[in-house]
Amino acid sequence: MKTDLIRFDSVSKSYDTRSRKALDDISFEADRGEFVFLVGASGSGKSTVIRLILREEVPSSGRIHIAGKSVVKMPSWKVPYLRRGIGTVFQDFRLLPNKTVFANVAFALQVIGKSRAAMSTLVPDVLETVGLAGKEKRYPSELSGGEQQRVAIARAVVNKPGILLADEPTGNLDPATSADIMNVLEKINRNGTTVLMATHDGEIVNRMRRRVIELREGEIVRDVEEGTYGVAS
Amino acid sequence: MRAGFILSEVWSGLRRNFSMVISVVLVTFVSLLFVGAAILLQMQVGQMKDFWYDRVQVSVFLCPPDSEATNCVDGEVTGDQKDQIRAELESSDLAPYVDKVYFEDKAEAYEHFQEQFKGTSLEGTVPKDEMNESFRVKLKEAEKYDIIKETFSSTPGVEEVVDQNQLLDRLFGVLNIATIVAIAIAGIMLLCAMLLIATTIRLSAFSRRRETGIMRLVGASNTFIQMPFLLEGVIASAVGATLSAGALGLLVHFGVSGWLQSQATGFSLISGWDVLLITPVLIIIGVLMAGASSLITLNKYTKV
Repeated sequence: MKTDLIRFDSVSKSYDTRSRKALDDISFEADRGEFVFLVGASGSGKSTVIRLILREEVPSSGRIHIAGKSVVKMPSWKVPYLRRGIGTVFQDFRLLPNKTVFANVAFALQVIGKSRAAMSTLVPDVLETVGLAGKEKRYPSELSGGEQQRVAIARAVVNKPGILLADEPTGNLDPATSADIMNVLEKINRNGTTVLMATHDGEIVNRMRRRVIELREGEIVRDVEEGTYGVAS
Repeated sequence: MRAGFILSEVWSGLRRNFSMVISVVLVTFVSLLFVGAAILLQMQVGQMKDFWYDRVQVSVFLCPPDSEATNCVDGEVTGDQKDQIRAELESSDLAPYVDKVYFEDKAEAYEHFQEQFKGTSLEGTVPKDEMNESFRVKLKEAEKYDIIKETFSSTPGVEEVVDQNQLLDRLFGVLNIATIVAIAIAGIMLLCAMLLIATTIRLSAFSRRRETGIMRLVGASNTFIQMPFLLEGVIASAVGATLSAGALGLLVHFGVSGWLQSQATGFSLISGWDVLLITPVLIIIGVLMAGASSLITLNKYTKV
């Protein structure tokens, strides 16, 4: 029996009753260790999918299961524990400017009550993985955009989550740097983490040849293995 | 580890919102000053009740010469009338209410009068002969004064029945009004303190939204995220409460025990010990108030 790590069943979401549904009856699942691109124009519902997985929103109808657990019925006090199993990366990095690289990554462990001993082994490991070994003492302002995003990725995966959500992680980066970031994400995916990446970047999608789910106006119009960004290309 | 982290967050929050924290401290200080004053006033009333109800008597004043009271038309009270009144006071009818009866003659009355008005313009104005003789009656229950009043109100030879408790009741009335005023002011100030704490926390939550956003994202629990904000308000108001207890202590020690007590001998006044007794109460009120307003605000502004 295969275990779907992320499972959407007929999920709809409207933010208010008058406007068009942000998501309209979508169903998909992602297995453990999969790499999935979520593509589509702005406003197609990519960010809503990510927010629903994180349970920052609850669906208007339908069911969502993360690692077998229903996030719709989940009481709010359990939500933090759901999020400890999900790493998240954004376009704007969201680092703390007054903390060093090490402290930024350690922060994620600190606030969930991990011991100092755990930090001193986990943080250097993950910085090694994302290629930032030796830059522990730098501040975000001293780093390039690509390096800052690596810090953000390190922070997202330091607690070894089963899922990594990436919302336009290369949106602020030049193509070369974007390629580096994709290498990092691929490395993390190879270690067994399911990666769900929302993106506009057709070039990356086409080069990676991974599963592609395309959203248009809140509906899934395409879900293909080894897909490309546009149907035509 | 977690405690250390939370404390360092609290410390940085207190420094960041320094001026707001100071205003929370001050508003809590003033409001609890009034709360404390109200409690101390009531303690004073209680203490005076205990003290006076033991001593205060009903005085049955007998007719002096030339009195215009209706029971005194026949002139000064006679020996027979006095014996009759005494017999009645000591009768089995009144025995359940009367504890002790004491007769005050003119010489004693004059002495007390001179003592009471010593140094005032009334001193020496009334000659010894015109003093009232009186029966001083100590009641078993101070509230049963009406029975004595009714029994003797139309007895010949009795000029007036005076319950000294009534004088005291007026004093207690004044103290009770002062208490109500203090409580009203305290209530308004406590409301101010709560609103101020709510505002402070909103500002604090806003200035730390980046941190709290990340904390939520990586799965920090709600309690963990909210604790520093909560503690900020609680610590500020606990400091305010301690200050108000300190101020009350100084006020009572130098003002009441030091100055007022020397003016009002024969009264037993509250002391610094009473302030010490209410200090935990003030701190608990401060902490609960801050905790409640923080939790309400936090649930609004730092939702999961």
